[in-house]
Amino acid sequence: MSDNQPDDGSKRDFIFLATGAVAAAGGASLAWPLVAQMGKAADTLAAGSIEIDLSKIAEGQQLKMLWRGKPVFVRHRTAAEIEVAEAVELTELKDPEADVDRLIAGPSGAVNQKYLVMVGVCTHFGCVPVGEAGDFEGWYCPCHGSHYDTSGRIRKGPAPKNMVIPPYEYISDNVIKVG
Amino acid sequence: MSGHPSTYEPKYAAAKWMDQRLPIIRMGADFMTFPSPRNLNYWYTFGGILALCLVVQILSGVILAMHYVADVDKAFASVQRIRRDVPFGWLLQSMHAVGASMFFLAVYMHMFRGLYYGSYKAPREVIWILGCAIYLAMMATAFLGYTLPWGQMSFWGATVITGFFGAVPVVGESLQQWLLGGYSVDNATLNRFFALHYLLPFVIAALVGLHVWALHHVGQNNPIGISAKTKEDTLSFHPFYTVKDAFAIAVFFVIFAIFLFYLPDALGHADNYIEADPMKTPPHIVPEWYFLPFYAILRAVPSKLFGILLMLGAIVVLFVLPWLDTHKVRSMRFRPIAKWFFIIFIVMCFILGWCGAGTPSDVAIPIGKGMTFYVLSQIATVYYFAYFLIILPVLGLVEKPLKRPDSITKAVLGEQKSDADLASA
Repeated sequence: MSDNQPDDGSKRDFIFLATGAVAAAGGASLAWPLVAQMGKAADTLAAGSIEIDLSKIAEGQQLKMLWRGKPVFVRHRTAAEIEVAEAVELTELKDPEADVDRLIAGPSGAVNQKYLVMVGVCTHFGCVPVGEAGDFEGWYCPCHGSHYDTSGRIRKGPAPKNMVIPPYEYISDNVIKVG
Repeated sequence: MSGHPSTYEPKYAAAKWMDQRLPIIRMGADFMTFPSPRNLNYWYTFGGILALCLVVQILSGVILAMHYVADVDKAFASVQRIRRDVPFGWLLQSMHAVGASMFFLAVYMHMFRGLYYGSYKAPREVIWILGCAIYLAMMATAFLGYTLPWGQMSFWGATVITGFFGAVPVVGESLQQWLLGGYSVDNATLNRFFALHYLLPFVIAALVGLHVWALHHVGQNNPIGISAKTKEDTLSFHPFYTVKDAFAIAVFFVIFAIFLFYLPDALGHADNYIEADPMKTPPHIVPEWYFLPFYAILRAVPSKLFGILLMLGAIVVLFVLPWLDTHKVRSMRFRPIAKWFFIIFIVMCFILGWCGAGTPSDVAIPIGKGMTFYVLSQIATVYYFAYFLIILPVLGLVEKPLKRPDSITKAVLGEQKSDADLASA
C-alpha cells in the first residue's frame, strides 16, 4: 500500500485539523443550548410589574409586596427618620449614597422623601430584614446581623451594599409602578 | 479491580464458561479474598458502613421520588402526604432524612480516621482526593435534597447558599440568576434541584467505585501505617473483615434505628415544618448539623466574599493535604507531637460546629467580659487553617517519630512470635 502512495503528511494534517475544527464548533453550538436553558425562561422575564397605592400607607408604616419572587418594601417614613437619614455624612457609609439619591422623582419633578421604595432583601445572602430594628433604627437582618439605616443603607455587619432600589416610576402623585 | 494475583478457580462448567467471556465472578471472588492488613481496628469499618449508607439513601430516595411533587405549590404538602398517607411513607421519609445525618456521621469518622493514621500519604493520595470529591458531592446532594421539602429552612437555606454565587465579582448576579432560573429561589429552582438531587448520588456511586479501585490497587493503610510486606501481614477480606464489618454495621444500624424510630426529628429543625414563605425569614437560619462548622467559618469574618472564600478554602485545603503533611511516618501513633495537635484539631472542629449553631453576638464562654461565639469561631477558624497550613508542614520537618515495629505481624504478635510459632505451640 505504501509503495504506490507517496507519504504526504500535510494533507493528513489538514484533514485532521479541519475535522477537529468542525467537531469543536459543533460541540460548542450544542453546548450553548444546554447552558442557556438554565437561565430565566420567557415567562419569568415577562413577570409583570406591580402598582402600589402610596396613600394607603400611614406614616411610620411599611408595606411589603411580592415582586419577582422577592419582597419590595415601601416605607412611609416619619419626619424624624428622614432627618436622621439626611444627617449622615457620606464618609461614614460603607456604600456611600445620599438619601435623596435613593429616591425617584415624581411627576412634578420633585422627590417625595416620605416614601422609600426598595427591594427588601439583605445584600449579604438574601434574607428579608426586619423593620424598625437594629442599631440604626432602620432594618436588621436576622441571618448574619447586618444593620441598615432609615434609608436602607448598610451601616454595620457583613452585607456589602445598600438595599437595592428597584426600577419604579410615579404614574400619579400617589401611585407607583414597580418593574 | 484488585491489585493482587487472582486465586479464583471456576468450579462449575457454567462458571468457567462465564469466566472466559466476562470474568465478573472472578472480580467478585478476588474482591472477597483481598489481602487486608491483619491489624485493622474498628475505625476501618466505616468504609463498609458508608457503602451501605449510600445504598440506603438511593433505595429510599428512588421510592420517595415516586410520591414527591416538585412544584412550589405542592412540594410541602406532598412530603406531608408521604409521611401520613403513603403506606410506610413515614418510615421511608424518616429513613432518608435520618439516613443523611447518619451518612455524614460515618463520613466524618472515616475522614478523622484517615487524618489520624495518615491514610492520605503516598501512595494513597488519589484515594484521598477521590474521597474529598465524594465528600464534596455528598455536601451538594444533601443541600439540594434539603431544599425539596420546601419548608422555611429549605427555602432560606437555598437562598443563602445560592447567594454565595452572587458574591462573585462582576458576573455574580447573572451567575446566581442563571443557577436559580429566575430572580429568586422559585419553581424553576426547585425543579432543577430535584433533578440534580436525583443525579448526584449516581455520580457519588461512580466516585466510590474509583475510590475502592484505587484502594485495592495500592492496598489498605492500617493503624501503624507500616505497609504489609509479607503474606503473614495480611488476612483475607472474607471472612475476617466481612465479619468485623458486619458487626460494626449492626451496631451502627442500632444507632440509626434509635433515631429513626424514636427521634426522627431530633436532627432536623422545627422551622422546616412551616411552608416556605419568601416574605418572611425565620429569626435564626441554621444549616443541618453536618454543615455547622463550615457555617461558623463563613460567619467568622465580617466580609461576604472573604467569608465564602474561607469556607471554600476549608474544603480545598483537604484536597491538597497529601502535599502539606510532609512527615514520612503515616500513623500518628508514632508522632508524639502531631498527635496532640490532631486532638486539638478535633476539638476545634466541634467548637466550630457549636459556633455555627449559636448566634454570633451571644456569649459562648463567660470569661472576662464574655467571649462571644463570633470571637470563638475566629479562634477555631484560625486553628483549623493553621493545622493544615502551618502545623503539619512544620512538624514534617522537625518532629522526631517514636520507634516503629518492623512489621505488622511483629506489631500484632510481639517481636519473638510469628504464625509458625503459634501453630507449633
